[in-house]
Amino acid sequence: MFPFMPQQAVTPVTIPASEHAVRLRGLRKSFGSVVAVAGVDLDVADGEFFAMLGPSGSGKTTVLRMIAGFESPTGGTVELGGRDVTRLAPFERDVNTVFQDYALFPHMSVLENVEYGLRVKRVPKTERRTRALEALKSVRLDGFEKRRPAQLSGGQRQRVALARALVNRPRVLLLDEPLGALDLKLREEMQVELKAIQREVGITFLFVTHDQEEALTMSDRVAVFNEGGIEQVGTPAEIYERPATAFVAGFVGTSNLITGAAARSVLGRDGTFSVRPEKLRVVPADPGAPDPVSSDEHSAEGTVSEVVYAGPATRFVVDLDVGGRLIALQQNLEVSSMDVMGLRGRRVRLVWQRRHEFAIGSS
Amino acid sequence: MNLSRTARASLWTALVLGLGVIYVPLGVVVLNSFNSDRTFGWPPPGFTLQWWGAAWRSTGVRDALWTSVQAGLGATVIALLLGTMAAFAVQRYRFFGRDTVSLLIVLPIALPGIVTGIALSNTFHSVLGVPLGLFTVIVGHATFCVVTVYNNVLARLRRMGLNLEEASADLGADTFTTFRLVTFPMMRSALLAGGLLAFALSFDEIIVTTFTAGAGVRTLPIWIFENLFRPNQAPVVNVVAAALIVVSVVPIYLAQRLSGGDPQTR
Repeated sequence: MFPFMPQQAVTPVTIPASEHAVRLRGLRKSFGSVVAVAGVDLDVADGEFFAMLGPSGSGKTTVLRMIAGFESPTGGTVELGGRDVTRLAPFERDVNTVFQDYALFPHMSVLENVEYGLRVKRVPKTERRTRALEALKSVRLDGFEKRRPAQLSGGQRQRVALARALVNRPRVLLLDEPLGALDLKLREEMQVELKAIQREVGITFLFVTHDQEEALTMSDRVAVFNEGGIEQVGTPAEIYERPATAFVAGFVGTSNLITGAAARSVLGRDGTFSVRPEKLRVVPADPGAPDPVSSDEHSAEGTVSEVVYAGPATRFVVDLDVGGRLIALQQNLEVSSMDVMGLRGRRVRLVWQRRHEFAIGSS
Repeated sequence: MNLSRTARASLWTALVLGLGVIYVPLGVVVLNSFNSDRTFGWPPPGFTLQWWGAAWRSTGVRDALWTSVQAGLGATVIALLLGTMAAFAVQRYRFFGRDTVSLLIVLPIALPGIVTGIALSNTFHSVLGVPLGLFTVIVGHATFCVVTVYNNVLARLRRMGLNLEEASADLGADTFTTFRLVTFPMMRSALLAGGLLAFALSFDEIIVTTFTAGAGVRTLPIWIFENLFRPNQAPVVNVVAAALIVVSVVPIYLAQRLSGGDPQTR
């Protein structure tokens, strides 16, 4: 029904060249015999909030560093706004970076840190002061100008780093795991705030993260990295609902694969298929009950081997009779923990709509 | 960990004894510089400032002091330049023989002064034909002063990492601007600490100095050594020694505070 689609088909190819904030072609990087990035093609449109998602060691940070100019590529090109910058030094590129550990200058005040980019570009003193104060205000840090970085909390330092980069109004803002060092609550706040700031300033944000939830909630589009290459590029919904490869299906959410003999018997087709846990309905496997499966649905019977009660929802691990195991996520609309715990070991039938199952390629 | 009473008492005794062996004689030197007895009778029959006055008026002392300051400053300047450059090269670049170079820079501090002295003296005098004098003293001192700057700068570079310089370049600063606004200010206290240590090392050096100084050149330690056994100069020697103690303690104390201090909090 949904044949495996090559990643090129997901990448919008209609963006005119002039509107590319970033364009990477055949980008490669090896450190000695270790290949960190193995040929990456990527287009990021102007004004996009774009995430590079992948596990550590997948090459996403190296790609970011090559765009910033800290690493020179072993092969391929980096274009910013249609201009080839592959061989340019970092200070010759119209990008700014928010570093993972913020890299604030410890010997300068907050204001001096934010002014730094304007100062080295010889912007007159009064103008740079006004712009720096404005930038600090936009990240809600007015009143902190005279502090030293050491006197700020992690979240405040993060916002100084953001202001220091944004005050230069770069073509592209690069963010390297920008929220990695913050605790959960602060991270959720900053996710919303970053998104709001990006909408406000209209600058292209290109950020690196290993947190799939962060990538899905914040970005317009996501590129999923694995072993130095891109597995899939698409909107969060595309990545989540129609993972192109088994790796994407597993890295972004729970993979829930139906494969081999199980696929043949349940779906009547060969191949590997994925269904997200929340798309599965759990109904009793009662032979006497009227058949709950309609013609646009598929179903499989199995035994509940595990029940995990998680407050708003419950996770059922079901071992299928035909082999393999699926995880079903059910909202606890009317049930309580008492009810669901009793289901362990019961025979159930999992039902899902055909349009929610997707064929995926092997990676 | 809790120690038993006996253990605590014996450790304290060991500490007091150990430090006492080092510092009591120094205290005696300082006291003797005020001793009114010309032959340092003990206990001192009385105290006087006479010897301090005599030392102050002695042209021999003043010349020697000036020579020492010149030698110390010269050696420190060379150490700062070479030590910093070597530290940057070793910390920031990968090249063939990097570890060997690092070892060769640190080695002179461990080499016996007498070996360094003879080697330099021979090379200057017989091989290069450079006349021995203040210049050769400065070069001689610089060989081991480089280490103090090198070690301080190397440690600072290691702790600083590359992040700040990358951030500076990212914000549009070229290499020179980055050095001026970020790298150098971050290095400043390390350079000061290394420089002070280098100066202190040079200021009280005697062995290498003996071999590399020409006939007319007399640093303060050399002057002390020459006058130690002349009875009429002995009280003045005590004064100079006492003054040297003070002059050495101050830079070492400052250097220790500077290199121990965290740049993040200043």
